[in-house]
Amino acid sequence: MKVLVCVKRVLDPQVKARVKSDGSGVDLSNSKMTMNPFCENALEEALRLREFGLADEVVVVSVGGGKTQETLRHGLAMGADRAINITTEDALEPLAIARVLKYIVDKELPGLVLAGKQAIDDDSNQTAQMLSAMLGWSQSTFISEFKLDGDIATTTREVDAGLETISVKMPTVVSVDLRLNDPRYVKLPDVMKAKRKPMAIIELDSLGLDTANRLTILEVVEPESRAAGVIVADIAELVDKLRNEAKVI
Amino acid sequence: MTNLVIVEHDNNKLAAATLNAVTAAQQISGDIDLLVAGENCQAVADSAAKIAGVAKVKVVDNVIFGHHMAENLALLIADVAKEYSHVLASATTFGKNVMPRASALLDVAQISEIVEIKSPDTFVRPIYAGNALATVQSSDMIKVITVRTIKFEAAIATGGSATIEVLNSGSDSGLSSWISQAVSGGDKVELTSAGIVVSGGRGMQNGENFNLLQSVADKLGAAVGASRAAVDSGFVSNELQVGQTGKVIAPDLYIAVGISGAIQHLAGMKESKVIVAINNDSEAPIFKVSDYGLVADLFDAVPKFDSAL
Repeated sequence: MKVLVCVKRVLDPQVKARVKSDGSGVDLSNSKMTMNPFCENALEEALRLREFGLADEVVVVSVGGGKTQETLRHGLAMGADRAINITTEDALEPLAIARVLKYIVDKELPGLVLAGKQAIDDDSNQTAQMLSAMLGWSQSTFISEFKLDGDIATTTREVDAGLETISVKMPTVVSVDLRLNDPRYVKLPDVMKAKRKPMAIIELDSLGLDTANRLTILEVVEPESRAAGVIVADIAELVDKLRNEAKVI
Repeated sequence: MTNLVIVEHDNNKLAAATLNAVTAAQQISGDIDLLVAGENCQAVADSAAKIAGVAKVKVVDNVIFGHHMAENLALLIADVAKEYSHVLASATTFGKNVMPRASALLDVAQISEIVEIKSPDTFVRPIYAGNALATVQSSDMIKVITVRTIKFEAAIATGGSATIEVLNSGSDSGLSSWISQAVSGGDKVELTSAGIVVSGGRGMQNGENFNLLQSVADKLGAAVGASRAAVDSGFVSNELQVGQTGKVIAPDLYIAVGISGAIQHLAGMKESKVIVAINNDSEAPIFKVSDYGLVADLFDAVPKFDSAL
């Protein structure tokens, strides 16, 4: 079985987003970028499936311009067999990304598509569900456990009330949560090896897909910041403030 | 404008989060209809019809909707949605699971986790873990929206008298089936609706020490939460997680114990009305957003706090 893993290049989660002073967006110039953390979990799961003999090829795919190929190289260094970069300098919305990924799925015919549950830049949490809908496949979102048994997978989803276990028909699209696994660290020899792995580069414009955005970003601003309060001396003062000043207990 | 709100429920009870989505629909203006899809869910339809301001409740009672599997439910939503200008659900794991799928079937963008409505086509939503707010305008004929519940008051659950219309829709995709649900917590106070939340972080050192927080929470009628660091360290289970990748909450009082205040944690709690931080590191970023900070060893401070209550 071939596994397709969808990954996104995002601002490093440890770096605070800086809003541009003209309100046009978030300033990413000279910022440290990385593979979206949830996408790393998705890739790790694919690699484990291959190591368990349940998958024979792991392909990483990403839609994006700039240094997206750097992120795909990281995926190859983690252990993916090959990479596909659909290049565009436009910031596509999840609906358009899903449409591009559907095109790739139709060509590559994977038995399983893994993706992160959300990208930590736009926090949309949509692409996997949309891709699954376009393919007419089953879906499991926010999973922390994945078990494959022939043409059925059993997945455990992290839902608001606790954990939900469902069974889905293969082929399927899965969006993963952080507790699924701990992504492996990349070692230097892996980085060297990754340089020789194949990467297909496809220009988005050459595909003839409708990837027009439906939303216009009118403005991006920083939220009102919270003023720091006071430091209390001890528990007695804290309890007094909560009772008599804030009146919350 | 015509709004359709997708009702979240367990076939017996309407989820409180739906009331916040109804309020968002009221702010968009126009008629508000509700869609209840489930199995033996008449009680939910009845309470949906009592929500103030609702015109019509559409009910589909069919075994294939018993567990709200996304494949079947999205098809139904996309079908019913064609008559509406706005389709809303709360941004809970229920809404996040099914709405993007319905959105793709309708070939429209979804506007995720809105926090403000500027006009019927313009919405504000947080990005980058709430470190930026984007105002976006939709050009789609149908706007599919998930609503961040803490930013919209709950609609009044009584006084309405909507008509109930029974639909005989729905077909089984046969793609997925429900197996089980493990609900933890039992009779504990629910995190997203609690007025007071006591959360622990990596500083708690282990899961057993969370009993210190539970004891305080019991006295305050509060829920217990946790940072991602505490969840990742295996101290507590993930449904307690507060943050960008967990739950976003806004209680009247949030008490952060042994939590440093990483960006992604702040995204989940900084809308709380009053924030208290107890941490032994006076440089911890959590103090920058706290109304009251106590620099102290939590293993000394929390038992003292407990006995002072």
